[in-house]
Amino acid sequence: MRNRWRYLVLLLSVGLAAACTGVDGGEGGDGEGGGSYPRAQTLFTSGTQWGAPVNWNPIMNWTYATGTVGLVYETLFLHDPLTGEFEPWLAESGDWTNDNTYEVTLREELTWTDGEPITAEDVVFTVNLGEMKSVPYNELWKFLDSAEAVDERTARFTFSEPRYQQWANWVYFSPIVPKHLWEDRSEKDVTAGANENPVGSGPYKYEAHDQDRQVWVKNDDWWGKEALGLDVKPRYVVDLVNSSNEAALSQLLAGEIDLSNNFLPGIADLVKGGYKLHTYFSQAPYMLAANTTWMVPNTTRAPLNDPAFRRALANSVDVGKIVNSVYGQIVSPADPTGLLPIWDEYIDKAQVDRLGYSFDTNRAKSLLAQAGYRDTNGDGLVENKDGSPIELTLATPSGWTDWNESARVIAEGAKAAGINLTSETPADTVVQDIRESGDFDLILDNQRQMDNTPWRYLEYVFGLPIRESQTTVNYGRYENQQAWDLVNQLDATKIDDRAGMKAVISRLHRIQLTELPMIPLWYNGLWSQASNSVWTNWPADSGDAPRLVPTMWRGYLQRGAIKMLAELRPAEQQ
Amino acid sequence: MARYFGRKLLIYALTFFVAVTINWLIPRFMPGDPVRAMVARAGLQTPEGVAAMREYYSSLFGFDVPVWQQYLNFWGGILRGDLGVSLLAFPEPVTSLILGAVPLTLGLLIPAILLSWWAGNKFGAYAARKKVLDNAVLPVWYVLTATPYMWLAILMAWALGKVAGLFPVGRPYSASLVPEWSWLFITDLVSHWFLPFLSLFLVAFGGWAIGMRNMVIYELEADYAHYLSSLGAPPKLVRRYAFRNALLPQITGLALQLGVIVGGAVVTEIVFDYRGLGYLVLEAIKATDFFLLQGIFLFIVIGVLLANFVIDIVYVLVDPRTRAGMGGDR
Repeated sequence: MRNRWRYLVLLLSVGLAAACTGVDGGEGGDGEGGGSYPRAQTLFTSGTQWGAPVNWNPIMNWTYATGTVGLVYETLFLHDPLTGEFEPWLAESGDWTNDNTYEVTLREELTWTDGEPITAEDVVFTVNLGEMKSVPYNELWKFLDSAEAVDERTARFTFSEPRYQQWANWVYFSPIVPKHLWEDRSEKDVTAGANENPVGSGPYKYEAHDQDRQVWVKNDDWWGKEALGLDVKPRYVVDLVNSSNEAALSQLLAGEIDLSNNFLPGIADLVKGGYKLHTYFSQAPYMLAANTTWMVPNTTRAPLNDPAFRRALANSVDVGKIVNSVYGQIVSPADPTGLLPIWDEYIDKAQVDRLGYSFDTNRAKSLLAQAGYRDTNGDGLVENKDGSPIELTLATPSGWTDWNESARVIAEGAKAAGINLTSETPADTVVQDIRESGDFDLILDNQRQMDNTPWRYLEYVFGLPIRESQTTVNYGRYENQQAWDLVNQLDATKIDDRAGMKAVISRLHRIQLTELPMIPLWYNGLWSQASNSVWTNWPADSGDAPRLVPTMWRGYLQRGAIKMLAELRPAEQQ
Repeated sequence: MARYFGRKLLIYALTFFVAVTINWLIPRFMPGDPVRAMVARAGLQTPEGVAAMREYYSSLFGFDVPVWQQYLNFWGGILRGDLGVSLLAFPEPVTSLILGAVPLTLGLLIPAILLSWWAGNKFGAYAARKKVLDNAVLPVWYVLTATPYMWLAILMAWALGKVAGLFPVGRPYSASLVPEWSWLFITDLVSHWFLPFLSLFLVAFGGWAIGMRNMVIYELEADYAHYLSSLGAPPKLVRRYAFRNALLPQITGLALQLGVIVGGAVVTEIVFDYRGLGYLVLEAIKATDFFLLQGIFLFIVIGVLLANFVIDIVYVLVDPRTRAGMGGDR
């Protein structure tokens, strides 16, 4: 009986295998390794893609398959947030020829992977795409007057109102697309098309994809090899679709994933445990700070419309407890201004000392008392000034366990200070809905990443006008025209005018620290855990290791991470 | 005969209509606005951009027409085999997502269900007359069958996959392989398939074996069995009659199993990270993907109805009483 069994199983298995290959057949491509990607030449990554790769459209910068921008489509410049420097990439140079005109010159002899040359026409075409309303950089055309190709390699942009900070953001963040393949596309194809078989200019080309992976193969003719002296080492880059962070962790420990950009709580213990694991810092917080997690109060609702109340709330949050017990020290507490450590030079320290706040329950209590919030019914919790009860909720998306747990800590701290705050965990789509419509008391948010300018953060805090639906900025609907004017003034400050930027930022921070439209809590890490078993020389803050952002997250390859692929070295085989 | 099947078909058609309608309704009662979520992800700042995109997605997904028309369009789409575009995996059509996942799910469940049914029934019937087996082996399956499947599966993944390292856990084939016809790939595929298969097989096997054992013992105690043996029929013949009678409820059970094949795979696929239909269901629910959910449920509904229909036919073939009932006017 048992023996017969085994054969049956085998037989069926083979049948099944046949069925499956039948479906996937033809997708294999010309893998040279005889059916598999040779382990020693392949980089396995995870942590970016949460669903099957289904589009390779660089314009859809929130959902394209990992690596579409960076590996395939490239930008004019690279911006390294760790050094604050711009580095010419497709561009050879880019300068403001006068206050309103910017000229960019492309490198010589650049080609698309289909052999066509990359010209200034492509750059102009890409910028012109922004005239379509649903293209993410549509905003550009509010202050851009015209874009024209001066010659083969030079494009000129004339601005009606130069916004130096935003433009600097565009030139490094937005990928250039080939005009000859894109010019006939409708707006729908541009902003919602899958763009299969992407033709770009970068160091990798499309190889294959499946439900759970995206495979890129090295482009041997990449221009950067000669022009930049950069040679990307992995022959193949395989980005795995996440199932769960736990699964990623076990594959990382087994050496099956080389670079995991998943959130892996507890990694602090494993780094020291001899698993050949690598993080950017060898001790807490282990990760670079990628973005700030803010608590956003709805400033249109009482009592959150009262700055004094918001200040008391800010004082009640035990950020240290969140950092230590919820995150196991892989994050760090945020500066009261919310600016990331990379922008440290823009923080007016003396002002923060004077106006900032820190965790102090007694101070929170006294602030509440001073502002006139008293416990009139003796339940240990304060009431509104008119005597009506305060009942606040902090909503975090269900399943985001670190945030749910942090919200619980925040609620506890608030209760200790006398504020009736409870944590709620609706579905993430619901949180998104209420965030946009303003139908919430308090939420957490961390959408703004490390970037080329603090303007991105200040715009996020003070953005006006308030619309029926707040889609990207100022979810708390805080209205302060003076602050918004300053933000725009900052935007119009030249990027090399550091002193000018600092002066405006300092004034904005004075408003921010007294009004507290949003409460920065902690810096979320640039989750990045690498395994040294196949590839080494991962970015780190010490030794000879490259100082680069070690991640495949969307938007980060053009922040320098692409150079990491050229810095990798094969591990020595035992 | 024709009348019997005619009536059955009518019932099936009606069931299909109602099920598909409910199917269409349920996702629309879920909280959250999928179009808003999609637009939000795009991070557009200008209200014109947001409006343009909303309008585009609304018309693409057919949300811009009155509800009754959406419903009619939905039926139209089903008849044309067009289930719409997935929100979760935009701009991938739902049909291609489902077709990509179906082979994995079926490849896992059909062998598991059929083999466990076949082996379980044989074993159960055999155990019914072997005291040793009945007392020593069957209790193991009582425990297995009573164990929450989720827990059993996790335990297996941990023990056989992680600790013993016998089988890989997660994804249908290794990340380093190119899908193609090669010994390397096929062995890899099978080794990834084996654990989830085994977990399903073991649990189902126990269920069938226990059921069969009880049925056979019951049948052997029935009057016709006693009568037959008192006529001097050999025990083997008596057992054969008992087995045939005991098999009938098991066939019904099999039909139901085959019908809910997809639902049955959700937990397996999540535990073993095996990305078939069950995994897709979970993803679709998490992302409020109306169209994907509808598509998968449609697939389930069709599966259940087809399985039932097949079983109706099989009943006619294996159970003389059904045949007799059909002939006479009622």
